[in-house]
Amino acid sequence: MRTYTRPMAGWWRRNPFYLWYMLREASCVFITIYALVLLTGLFRLAQGKESFDRWLESLASPVSIAFHAIALLLVLYHAWTWFKVMPRTMPFVRIGKRRVPDGFIVSFAFASSVVLSGALFIAVWWFS
Amino acid sequence: MKRTIQVECLRYHPETDAAPRYQTYEVPFSDDMSVLQGLQYIKDQLDGSLTFRWSCRMAICGSCGQMVNGVPVLGCETFLRDYYPGKLRVEPLNHFPIVRDLAIDQTDFLKKLESVKPYVISSNVPQQGTFVQTPRQMEDYYQYSQCINCLLCYAACPQYGLNSSFTGPGALALLHRYNADSRDEGKSERMKVVNAEDGVWGCTLVGYCSEVCPKGVDPARAVNQNKINSTKDYFFRFWLK
Repeated sequence: MRTYTRPMAGWWRRNPFYLWYMLREASCVFITIYALVLLTGLFRLAQGKESFDRWLESLASPVSIAFHAIALLLVLYHAWTWFKVMPRTMPFVRIGKRRVPDGFIVSFAFASSVVLSGALFIAVWWFS
Repeated sequence: MKRTIQVECLRYHPETDAAPRYQTYEVPFSDDMSVLQGLQYIKDQLDGSLTFRWSCRMAICGSCGQMVNGVPVLGCETFLRDYYPGKLRVEPLNHFPIVRDLAIDQTDFLKKLESVKPYVISSNVPQQGTFVQTPRQMEDYYQYSQCINCLLCYAACPQYGLNSSFTGPGALALLHRYNADSRDEGKSERMKVVNAEDGVWGCTLVGYCSEVCPKGVDPARAVNQNKINSTKDYFFRFWLK
């Protein structure tokens, strides 16, 4: 039997759902670069005050601010997508006889993250 | 009131066509006409050579899966009115070899379905009466048992399209349906499929499979829960034996 199999080239451009998926996957590139920038800061800190100040100065450049703004948006999107799929990666959660709805797990996780990030931000602000 | 809509169908006749082509038909329709009925109108009134699969006309048999404007749907529960005044492009389900026009070759899926042993394996079949199961135990697998093997999830899964040896969402959801069943004892046999290179680890959680399922099954959940099961199986297999 002769059949025809269609090529997959450009598959991710064929449906908006796939585009959002690819954006989720691609966001890791920005997140990796952000982590490396942060790691560099740690090395500079170990080298002394002058070195660390120069690193802080470089962060204030327009390119760096633009990069961090994009990275922040992508991190938020990435976090949202992963909270959204979280209930799918675990067995059904039950309290007593009732199953905890997926929406509750997602909202609870996201709210916890917002509260904890906020608390951390305030703590850093307070002690700095 | 009758209106007319353009339906563009993918055509492929292996004896004459080297590659698929498209053919457009003008289909008069009423508000209650499904895409499947539109195809039946074409076959009965315009072009008897158009090939497509269908049976029950009510989203039970899973035969009329097709791509409509790039989205995998059942033709019987998708309505022409929703595309008017635009036009429809009807194609066979993505990622499967086309046999003829809108009919695809399901052989690969059927082999995979067989490999997951989609039936209750039990050494304790009651001699009299039926198995006893609580509503809570049933809840663990019920939604997965709604699968009608329509293959929309495979057409939605780019990982299956890129690598057809991946067991895929439908078969893995059915595998989980039996593993999660309190009556079943076949888990250790099925874990070989879960753990394999082409088992659950072929999934990157695109998640579109669960979006397109017409029966509310969540294959992405079945696959990703089994990533945890596969990890446990790997680390604890010596103790579990």
